[in-house]
Amino acid sequence: MSDPLLQMTGIVKVFPGVRALDGVDLEVRSGEVHCLLGQNGAGKSTLIKVLAGAHQPDEGEIRWQGEEIRLGTPMAAMKNGIATIYQELDLVDGLSVAENIYLGHELAAAGFSRRGDAQKQAAALLARLGHPEISPRREVGTLSAAGKQIVSMARALSHDVKLIIMDEPSAVLDQEEVARLFKVIRDLQAEGVAVVYISHRLEEIREIGDRVTVLKDGRTVATGLPARDTPTRELTRRMTGRDIEYVFPQPTSRDGDGDGAVVLAVRDLSAGKAFSGVDFDVRAGEIVGLAGLVGSGRSEILETIYGARKASSGTVSVDGKRLRNGHVRAAVGAGVGLCPEERKSQGLLLDEAVYRNVSLATMGRFARGGFLNRGGEKRAATEHVKALDVRPPDVDRAVRTLSGGNQQKIVLARWLLRECRVLLLDEPTRGVDVGARSEIYALVRRLADDGVAVVLVSSEVPEVLGLADRVLVLREGVVVHTGPADDIDEHRVLDLVMEGSAA
Amino acid sequence: MSDQTPAAPPATPPADEHRRIEAAAAAEGETRSGFVRFMSSPFGRNLGLVIALVVLCIVGVATAGDRFASTDNMLTVLRLASVIGVVSIGMTFVIIGGGIDLSVGAIVALSSVWATTLATQTMAEDTHWLMMVFVACAVGIGCGLVNGLLIAYGGMAPFIATLAMFAAARGLAEIISEKRTQIVDVRGLVDFINGDFIGIPVLVWIFAVVSAIGWVLLNRTTFGRRTIAVGGNATAARLAGIAVKRHTVLLYVVLGLACGIAAIMLTARTGTGSATHGQLYELDAIAAVVIGGTLLTGGRGTIVGTIIGVLIFTTLTNVFTLNNLDSSTQAVAKGAIIVVAVLLQQRVAVRSSDST
Repeated sequence: MSDPLLQMTGIVKVFPGVRALDGVDLEVRSGEVHCLLGQNGAGKSTLIKVLAGAHQPDEGEIRWQGEEIRLGTPMAAMKNGIATIYQELDLVDGLSVAENIYLGHELAAAGFSRRGDAQKQAAALLARLGHPEISPRREVGTLSAAGKQIVSMARALSHDVKLIIMDEPSAVLDQEEVARLFKVIRDLQAEGVAVVYISHRLEEIREIGDRVTVLKDGRTVATGLPARDTPTRELTRRMTGRDIEYVFPQPTSRDGDGDGAVVLAVRDLSAGKAFSGVDFDVRAGEIVGLAGLVGSGRSEILETIYGARKASSGTVSVDGKRLRNGHVRAAVGAGVGLCPEERKSQGLLLDEAVYRNVSLATMGRFARGGFLNRGGEKRAATEHVKALDVRPPDVDRAVRTLSGGNQQKIVLARWLLRECRVLLLDEPTRGVDVGARSEIYALVRRLADDGVAVVLVSSEVPEVLGLADRVLVLREGVVVHTGPADDIDEHRVLDLVMEGSAA
Repeated sequence: MSDQTPAAPPATPPADEHRRIEAAAAAEGETRSGFVRFMSSPFGRNLGLVIALVVLCIVGVATAGDRFASTDNMLTVLRLASVIGVVSIGMTFVIIGGGIDLSVGAIVALSSVWATTLATQTMAEDTHWLMMVFVACAVGIGCGLVNGLLIAYGGMAPFIATLAMFAAARGLAEIISEKRTQIVDVRGLVDFINGDFIGIPVLVWIFAVVSAIGWVLLNRTTFGRRTIAVGGNATAARLAGIAVKRHTVLLYVVLGLACGIAAIMLTARTGTGSATHGQLYELDAIAAVVIGGTLLTGGRGTIVGTIIGVLIFTTLTNVFTLNNLDSSTQAVAKGAIIVVAVLLQQRVAVRSSDST
C-alpha cells in the first residue's frame, strides 16, 4: 500500500467567533478526482485556503506524499505541487496570457524576460489543455470566463503540479464548456494528477468524481464515498444532516388573505436587463418569498425597491405613497429596511461596537441638537440585543468578533429599533450556522405577526417555501409563478427555475 | 533511541483532550486579544504616543537642559503647534471619513491673502478685524465646498480633486497678492491674536478650543458617528439611510473652515498675508493625523491622537533647533517617526482584525 498523495487529519481553523474548521479529515490519492461536498459555510473555502497555504491551520496535520509538511505560504504550496484555481480567478487582466501563466516564476535570462520561450511554452500548455485557439499574446481581460479558467489551469500546469484544487469551476461555464473542462480533467488524471473538485451540482460529481468527502459545519461527516453509486439521498442527508430538520415557525394567524392591509405595492417594476414587469403586493403580516437562481434578478428587485438601484420603469409604494425612484433615504423614511446579501461589506461596521451598528439607522432619535445620548442608545440596543438573544449580549463588543448568525441579528435589530413597516431580507441565513437559522426563522415570523410586511430572498428553496406565505418564482428577470407557498414544492420550483435555462 | 524515551503519558479520553486544547486555545486567544484590544483601543494607542512624546521631552532636557524645559520654550512649542494643529483637527475628520485633502496649505494661503488684501486695499483703514476673520473663514469654507462637491457629486477621487485645488488655490493667491507679501497693519487683530489670556497665548487658546470642539463633534454627536460610519463602510452607511454624499461635502467644508481659522492665526502671528503661507501644511497635517493613530483608509481615529501627533512633530522641531541641527536633519527624523509609528499601528491593526 503506497501512501496517499495528501492526507489531512484533524484540521482546525478558528476565526474570532467562529470555528470555521473543527476537525476536518481529507485523503486524496494520486490520479483521482476527489469531490468535496458541503453547504455554504460548511468550511470548503477555508479548507482549500489551508491547502493553498493562504491560511495556517490552528491544529491538525497535513501529510504530503507520506511526509508531514507545513504550507506556510501560497508559494510553499505551489513548490510542493499543489495548485489552486479559485472561484474568483486571480489573474491580472492587463497582462497577456503567457505573462499570466508565468507570473511569479517568469522565464528569464540575466533579468531579461525570455518572452519568445514563454509564449512557446504557454502555447504548448494551452494545447495540452485542448485549447490551442487561445493565443498566448492575447490580453487576459479580453477572454471569457471559461477562457480565463483555462489560463488559470495552464498556470497551474506550468508548475510541476501533482494536485489541482478547483473551486466550483463549472459555476461560470455553460454546458459545452463544462464538457470540455471534464475532458481536460480526465487527461490530467491519466497523467497521474489528482484533482480536488468542488461543486454543488451532484450530476457533475457523478460524472467526473471518483470519491466524495462531505463537510458539514466545519467537520468531515463522510469520507471516501464512491462518487458514482452513493445514492443522492444519502449525500444530501449527510450534507444537511436533515435529521435535525430546520424548524419553520407557523404563522400564528394564517387566516387567508384580505386580512392585513397592503403595505408594499410593487407595480410593473423593471430595471434595465436585470428584471422586468415585476408586480406584487405584500400585506401587513405577510412574508413573500422570491425564489430563483443567482442572476435571476432576485437581489436586484430588493435593491430597486429599496432605492439602491434605479428602476427604469414602474413604481414602488409603501402605505399607498409612491417612493422616489433610486433614493434610499426616501425608502428608509417610509419605513423600509434592508438586510443586504453581503452582510459584512454592505451591512455592518465591523470594527464598531454593537450598539453603534444597531442605532445606525435611528441615530437621530437619540440625539438632541446633534448631541448623542449614548446612555439611551445603549439601553435601546441592549433591549433588542437581549430580545434577539444575541450572544454574548454585550453591546460594547466589536461586531467583528460575533458569529455570522449573531451579526445577522445585529442587522435585524437595526430595523427592529426603527420599527420598520417593510423588511427586505436578502439571504438572511447565509453563513449562519444551523442552530441560529431556526432562531432567525422564528424571529422573521414573529416580526410578520407583529404586522411587518416581509420580502425574503434566498437561494435555498426549502427556506423560501418553509418561511414564506406566498412565493414568486423568477427566471431570468421575469416572474414565472406566483402562489401560496403551501401549493408548491421544491421540485416544482426547481423545474420552473431551470426550465428553458438549459437551452 | 526511540525505545529509550519514556512511554507516552496515559492516553486521555479524546473528548477531554479536545476540551483541554479548546480551553488552552481560548485562553491564549483571550490574553492575546486582551492585549491587542487594549493597544488598539483609543486609550492604549494614545498611551504609546504619550510615551513617545515623553521620550522626546527627555531627549530635549538632556541635550538642551533649561533652554528646553523653560516655560517660555514650552509656550513657544505650543504656539508653533497651534496653527498646524487647527488644520490637523479638520484633517482628522476628512481622513476618518475616508478622504484626504492635499489642498489645505493652499487654502490657508488663499484665505490669508484674501483677508489681508481686503484690509490693505479695498477697505483700507475702516476694516474691522472681525471682517478679516469672516472673510478668511468664508474663503476656507468656499474652497472646502468646492472640494467636497467635486468628490461627492463629481465622483472624483479625493486625491485628484484636492490636488487640483492645491494648484489652483495657491495660484489664485499669487494673482490676488501679485506675489507680494502684504503687511497687516490692522493692529486690533495682530494684538489680540498675539496677546495672552491668563498667561497663555491666545493662539494656544484657539487651538485648545478647536480641539475641544473637534473632540465633542467626533465623539458625542451624530455628525461624528456618521463620519466614522461613512469612512468605515460607505455602503453600509448608505443602506442604513445616511446621506453619504452630503456628509462627505460637510467633511471638506469643516476642514475648509479649519483652514480659514488657521489662516487668520498665521496672518496675525506673522503680521503678513502671503501666497507662500502654509507651504507643506498638507503633509504636516496628514503626518500628524496618521501617527496619531487615524487609519488612512478611514473609519477609525481620535482627536487626542492627532493633538499628540502635532505636539510630537513640533517638539521634535524645537529640540532640533535648540541643538542647532538644520532642517534637513529634522526632515529625516520626521520621516523615520512616520515610518515607525505606522509600522507599529499596522501590527496592532492586523492582529486585531485577522478574521477576513
